[in-house]
Amino acid sequence: MKLPAVEGWFTMDDADPRLLGNRCRTCGTYFFPRTSMFCRNPHCEGTEFDEVPLSRRGRVWSVTTNRYQPPAPYVSPEPFEPYKIAAVELPEEKMVVLGQVKGAADVDIGTEVELVLDTLYREDENEYVVWKWSPV
Amino acid sequence: MTGQVKQDVAVLGVGMHPWGKWGRNFVEYGITAAREALADAGVKWSDVQFVSGAETIRNGYPGFVAGSTFAQALGWSGARVASCYAACAAGAQAINTARAHILAGMCDVALVVGADTTPKGFFAPVGGDRKEDPDWLRFRLLGATNPTYFGLYAQRRMALHGATHEDFALVKVKNSRHGEANPYARYRKAVTVDEVLASPVVADPLRLLEICATSDGGAAMVLSSMDYAGRHARAGAAPVRIAAVSTVTPRFPKTVIDLPDIATDSGATVAPPELTFRDSIAAAAYEEAGIGPDDLDVAEVYDLSSALELDWYENIGLCKQGEAERLLRDGDTTIGGRIPVNPSGGLSCFGEAIPAQAIAQVCELVWQLRGQATGRQVDNATAGLSVNQGLFGHGSSVIVRR
Repeated sequence: MKLPAVEGWFTMDDADPRLLGNRCRTCGTYFFPRTSMFCRNPHCEGTEFDEVPLSRRGRVWSVTTNRYQPPAPYVSPEPFEPYKIAAVELPEEKMVVLGQVKGAADVDIGTEVELVLDTLYREDENEYVVWKWSPV
Repeated sequence: MTGQVKQDVAVLGVGMHPWGKWGRNFVEYGITAAREALADAGVKWSDVQFVSGAETIRNGYPGFVAGSTFAQALGWSGARVASCYAACAAGAQAINTARAHILAGMCDVALVVGADTTPKGFFAPVGGDRKEDPDWLRFRLLGATNPTYFGLYAQRRMALHGATHEDFALVKVKNSRHGEANPYARYRKAVTVDEVLASPVVADPLRLLEICATSDGGAAMVLSSMDYAGRHARAGAAPVRIAAVSTVTPRFPKTVIDLPDIATDSGATVAPPELTFRDSIAAAAYEEAGIGPDDLDVAEVYDLSSALELDWYENIGLCKQGEAERLLRDGDTTIGGRIPVNPSGGLSCFGEAIPAQAIAQVCELVWQLRGQATGRQVDNATAGLSVNQGLFGHGSSVIVRR
């Protein structure tokens, strides 16, 4: 079975996957991961939020390749394979979101990328899925 | 904001346990450092009125209640106690807690201690299945280790400011030479650019020799009111003073990605602040001390990576953005240069013993200002600044003067 590696952070729509943030009804500020209870804009008293899918596309702010196996709770394939992590700027939300780069594709600072779903790890019968970035 | 703080506190004594991978109980390191600091101060443990402990989260309950753990190990004396945790900034918070007690008149003389025993390899999040904890999630979902973030910043420096692999390696070379003479440093061997560039890549473009290790170590200080110092001063010796401690948090929206964030704040509705978080840390210390970067003679910055040291040059105002590489290449930040940075050898030579590290930075500044930094002395240093940043938004910067 395909399951999200974390519940409620993104849609499981393979055709148009989106990160799920939320937005303050009072000041309009976006949050990802979602916030609750109180708006984190210190000038806003908002307490109500609407769930919003975030922009699917953005530009790479920076990118690096991890060449050493990280500790748990990361579930690493054996043998370990290096992977890329990109920090991506979403134009509409004006925020930077980290994600692995699918297939360690060639991306540079400024490259336009879009959100995709990919396997993070398999456990028992299940495939756990996470968001990744992929060049457009 | 708070503006200038009119009163200083005196640093009567400093002490450290050498950094290393000793594998012993952290309390041993803390107590060794504390006894050294008390001896340096000429203050008896039984005269200490307040103990301020910087916590470690990797050593069980005694680590969480570090202040009382050290107090018990030194022998219960009835002293008041506090323990605090602020990740890498824990030591600065412990210093500030002691300082605040002194300035408020709640005590005359205080002991500050931080010590840690660390596991091998990458720092990992605290164990268990903790899906609400961003520190756990960044490892689980992304495999985003600490060096991942250092790599992201370093790539950005290369793209924006034309930094090269050689520039980053030169930071390591400089610090390794500085640390050679430091008896408390763990790595005391000068390395060459070629050696740095031949070490394996951890997170592009950063190599093993450019990323700070995790270490065991302990550091301590004895602080007092200026009055107490006046009464206890050794003949002819005016104490080094703490003129500022910055413990600022970020301002919303924080739009630069930081450990352990998976995403930044959104800048869509509120404009980002004029100063980035890292810029604001030293700025608050300068304001409190009433001095500026031009007044500094020496600085200890948190070189978690070689490239990050260059970022700090700009964050603490030693040069404009994009000029850090030139400062380094011109030798300005080498001992003997205009503004030596990390004469101790920095994290590059120490590795990180989290709750002790910010205290250790200040210990080095005190030795520098007293003229006791044998083999690594900055000439005639009268003002120094330390700076670092703790996970989850903890600024830390201390200014000392004499």
